[in-house]
Amino acid sequence: MGQTPKPATGATGVPALEVNHVSHSYGKRKALDDVSFVVETGSFSVLLGLNGAGKSTLFSLITRLYATRHGTIRIFGHDVTRDSGEALRRLGVVFQARTLDPDLSVLQNITYHAALHGIGPHEAKRRSEDVLAQVSLADRMADRVRNLSGGQMRRVEIARALLHRPPILLLDEPTVGLDVKARADIVAHVRGLVENQGIGVLWTTHLIDEIAMTDDVIILHKGVVLANGPAAEIIATSGAADMRLAFAKLTGTELD
Amino acid sequence: MTATTPELGRPAIARGFTSAQYWICLQGIVWRESLRFLHQRERFISALVRPLVWLFIFAAGFRSVLGVSIIPPYQTYILYPVYITPGLMAMIQLFNGMQSSLSMVYDRELGNMRTLLVSPFPRWYLLTSKLLAGTVVSILQVYAYLIVAYFWGIEPPSLWGYATVFPALVLSGLMFGALGMLLSSLIKQLENFAGVMNFVIFPMFFASSALYPLWRVQQGSPWLATVCWFNPFTHAVELIRFAFWQQITPLSLAVCLGCTLLFLAAAIIAYDPARGMLIRRGE
Repeated sequence: MGQTPKPATGATGVPALEVNHVSHSYGKRKALDDVSFVVETGSFSVLLGLNGAGKSTLFSLITRLYATRHGTIRIFGHDVTRDSGEALRRLGVVFQARTLDPDLSVLQNITYHAALHGIGPHEAKRRSEDVLAQVSLADRMADRVRNLSGGQMRRVEIARALLHRPPILLLDEPTVGLDVKARADIVAHVRGLVENQGIGVLWTTHLIDEIAMTDDVIILHKGVVLANGPAAEIIATSGAADMRLAFAKLTGTELD
Repeated sequence: MTATTPELGRPAIARGFTSAQYWICLQGIVWRESLRFLHQRERFISALVRPLVWLFIFAAGFRSVLGVSIIPPYQTYILYPVYITPGLMAMIQLFNGMQSSLSMVYDRELGNMRTLLVSPFPRWYLLTSKLLAGTVVSILQVYAYLIVAYFWGIEPPSLWGYATVFPALVLSGLMFGALGMLLSSLIKQLENFAGVMNFVIFPMFFASSALYPLWRVQQGSPWLATVCWFNPFTHAVELIRFAFWQQITPLSLAVCLGCTLLFLAAAIIAYDPARGMLIRRGE
């Protein structure tokens, strides 16, 4: 596939994703409390937090599975609540749970996703060849999804999320349940998308070893943003030796 | 398309969708539901066997016990299997509607539903498309049943009956699909689906004109006849019965139309992230 030239970050001054003072509660339990951060285009941003930190809630708000009642979320300037269609069409999403239909083939799954973005079957097939080649699965197009490994399924989901050529990609704990090699492959592939295609990425995880020093990191703990900035800066500010210790210090948790 | 918005060095993304893109979306959803149905052979077979068991065993056993007098739309005495066929056609669609509901709960638990809900098309359009897809599948099942029933000697007064029943099947399929969609928004877990069988499918089917005419129910139990009369399933059965006989019953048409709109509106509200029940449950 021909690679899209990397755009100048912030060329139009509009962030890829802008979360402003977002709060969310389940009944009396507050899951997110005044969360704000920005993801720039062409950047790899990591939303880091332990299980129960509020990452998945935030993810559901950004993708409009839940309604944003307090605060605003904008994707390339389009409000997710008021202008959801325009916001969502600029967004590629990989959910933590598997969302492929195991009874359908890889191509059928991708064609279905294409239809949900208004892309016809012929164009979908052409684009499928491109995106599947990117994740080294072009030869598995006709295979049923249930015959793929966990890592391959995840790669298909990433390929599917890229089909409508979104300028920002959200991935919710995409490496959960994968072996070491599959994890490394997926992390490397998504980093390549940022590097070569200038896509903005928001990667949620609880695995600190997936963070690189050049990443922007948002540390979310019990629904509150504790730190937000380049990884190296967070480490320096916290006075810790590395991100692992910085995270432990900021959240007051003991890591094994 | 009205305007374009440049996206940071990427090709401009046109604002809004064209009518052709709406059509592609609808086709894609119908195609996927149909493929899933064809891949699930057990579902197809059970959808066909269930009404055939009623036709071959129940109706055969009762044909000598239950006599059906001349009631509209029939202009002569008819055999009991002929009488219950519209009820069985509606039963196929009711089961399919509930099956769709089950699959939506299943998809929600597994996460597949999210793929649909994060599409940039309006949510009402996505849900209506899914409803239409389920209706297409239910109509395929009904016609498969009618082919078998034909060889059992059950047929409309003329072949046109197969065509005139089609719009009635579309409407009843939409009504049961919308009801299933509404129920799916209320059911939190897959395990709760057994309750749907006990509290929705069986009461709707038995308290209706599917198995016996309402005048006979009236003779046995006037209050049950009233329940049957208010049951939307009764009106779906009568709509199909009359349409199969190339006639129309305005009351049943109005009830089915009204219930479809009501159930669909309630389902769309329930699946709306700002107003629906999903958000209140924190799913």
